Amino acid sequence: MEIVLMLLKVFAVGGVICAFAQLLINYTKLTAGKILVYFLLAGAVLQAVGLYQYVVDFAGAGATVPISGFGYLLSKGAMEGAKKGLFEALTGGITAAGMGITAAIVFGYLFALFSKSRSKKN
Amino acid sequence: MRTMYFKNNPSILATSSIGGPKETTGALGKYIEIKGEDDTFGETTYEKAEKQMLYTVIKNSIQNAHKEIEDIDAIIAGDLLDQIISATFSARSFDAGYLGVYNACATFTEALTIGAALVDGGYLKSVVCGTSSHFSSAERQYRYPLELGCTRPPQAQWTVTGAGACVLGNGDGVKINCATVGKVVDFGVVDVNNMGAAMAPAAADTLYTHFIETGRTPDYYDAIISGDLGVLGSHVLIDLMWQKGFDISKVYHDCGAIVYKIKEKEYQGGSGAGCSSMVFCSYFYKQLCEKSLKRVLLMSTGALLSSLSAQQGESIPGIAHAVCIES
Amino acid sequence: MENSQNFINENYLNYIKSVSPRTNESKTLFRAFLVGGLICCIGQGFRYLFEYALGLSGNELAAFVSAVMIFLGAFLTGLGVYDRIGKFAGGGSIVPITGFANSVVSPAIEFKTEGYIYGLAAKMFVIAGPIIVFGVASSVLVGLVYYGIYNIF
Repeated sequence: MEIVLMLLKVFAVGGVICAFAQLLINYTKLTAGKILVYFLLAGAVLQAVGLYQYVVDFAGAGATVPISGFGYLLSKGAMEGAKKGLFEALTGGITAAGMGITAAIVFGYLFALFSKSRSKKN
Repeated sequence: MRTMYFKNNPSILATSSIGGPKETTGALGKYIEIKGEDDTFGETTYEKAEKQMLYTVIKNSIQNAHKEIEDIDAIIAGDLLDQIISATFSARSFDAGYLGVYNACATFTEALTIGAALVDGGYLKSVVCGTSSHFSSAERQYRYPLELGCTRPPQAQWTVTGAGACVLGNGDGVKINCATVGKVVDFGVVDVNNMGAAMAPAAADTLYTHFIETGRTPDYYDAIISGDLGVLGSHVLIDLMWQKGFDISKVYHDCGAIVYKIKEKEYQGGSGAGCSSMVFCSYFYKQLCEKSLKRVLLMSTGALLSSLSAQQGESIPGIAHAVCIES
Repeated sequence: MENSQNFINENYLNYIKSVSPRTNESKTLFRAFLVGGLICCIGQGFRYLFEYALGLSGNELAAFVSAVMIFLGAFLTGLGVYDRIGKFAGGGSIVPITGFANSVVSPAIEFKTEGYIYGLAAKMFVIAGPIIVFGVASSVLVGLVYYGIYNIF
């Protein structure tokens, strides 16, 4: 029961974040790359002022799977690092996000190596 | 005066057209001479596939005209890729002169105008005019990678995978009567997905100039054919011409709007340098040969942007050249 | 400059705006909501899996979940499926981290024809590069600000 309720929250929050992106696409003609950057920065800023953590506690993956969650992770890492010292303050962000970036590069290269771009019919 | 009259009746001796799977299953698919089974045409990259298409139609149009390559004085060709590589690399395989031309999607009528003038003046005996475009190579140069999951806005058009070429010379055939050279017109459209809106003012300017300078009216023609304005751009052109006092709606067609079966209303039809050449060299040329159309005005339209100019915030200039063809 | 006139024709642009087709608002929003929500639920499923099966928590858990989601995004892009999902879902498949993976893999596949170093590897970050640039830059800024705050108080 608890899991079902949690999944509902995940679905709702994740869905709303994505629907908001769609709203931006419809009204501002922003391209995919720009939307990703803006959402990442929004997540980073919201975490820096201490708000995004509440969304993550409430909705779990609904807040961490969207790219704003990647920004959250970067900010959170930097904030935790800042407690330890200057070096950790500078590297904390990329340490926390290192897994994601590594995965993107490694999987990206591998899958690109073994696949071909297909032309579209519609 | 931007209109030139050809006194010695240069004629279109033969044509050839090729299309990819989407085009050959479209509304005009049965008229296309060579039907590609897939859109790679046996090549490893889409750029090479485009070159292969253009090479094939040039070769076939010469054959269809019962000529040898030695009889051809020059090939006038162009396409959409950087440095018009498809045209250049396909011309590499022919032992003939080569003039590379670029006016984006208006390249076909530009090539026809130059070719007709050279033949009419007696400078060259026979020339081949051809253009090509390929959806996948254009998409990657102007837009996004094919596998990127982004949506196409409803005003977007679809680059035609196809090519067309025709042989011009003296002899029996469909005559090129006159041509009106277009002017670069820019009304400030910046939406790179709305090519029809960007090109329609240029088309209206060329068409209006053609009517004024020749004293003709839309009734003179059995068909006025624009290149790739799409559904939206066609409406805009009809409106703009109406404002200038000409009702073209009865005889007007757009190659882009008719090339596909537009199942989804949201898309505007085809575009690309290969759009008007493929459609003219297949469907309209056949109609002219069968005399079911006697006088047509072919007006390819082009959007003269590059991906750099679009990123620097420049608006999209348009161009259109009109060629009057009579059977 | 003589050549830099203003080409903007306001009347025409307004007219174009009025005749251009509009995106179907409610349909696209619903699809984005649906697909975006589903992708996040898949992520939550992996969260439970890693939490109970591997005993992960906190940043580690989040990092592993995002790695798996990136794997899935890259995998579906390689299969040529992700762009179809994207065509249906719009923002619903762009914003999740799978969309980030898609924006890495799709240019990499596309430019493979220009070689494995200057093509595939160099073009990998054509779209996703700015995300990493802004992400790292903003985290450094946040780190410095917080370091300043902790050391002043």
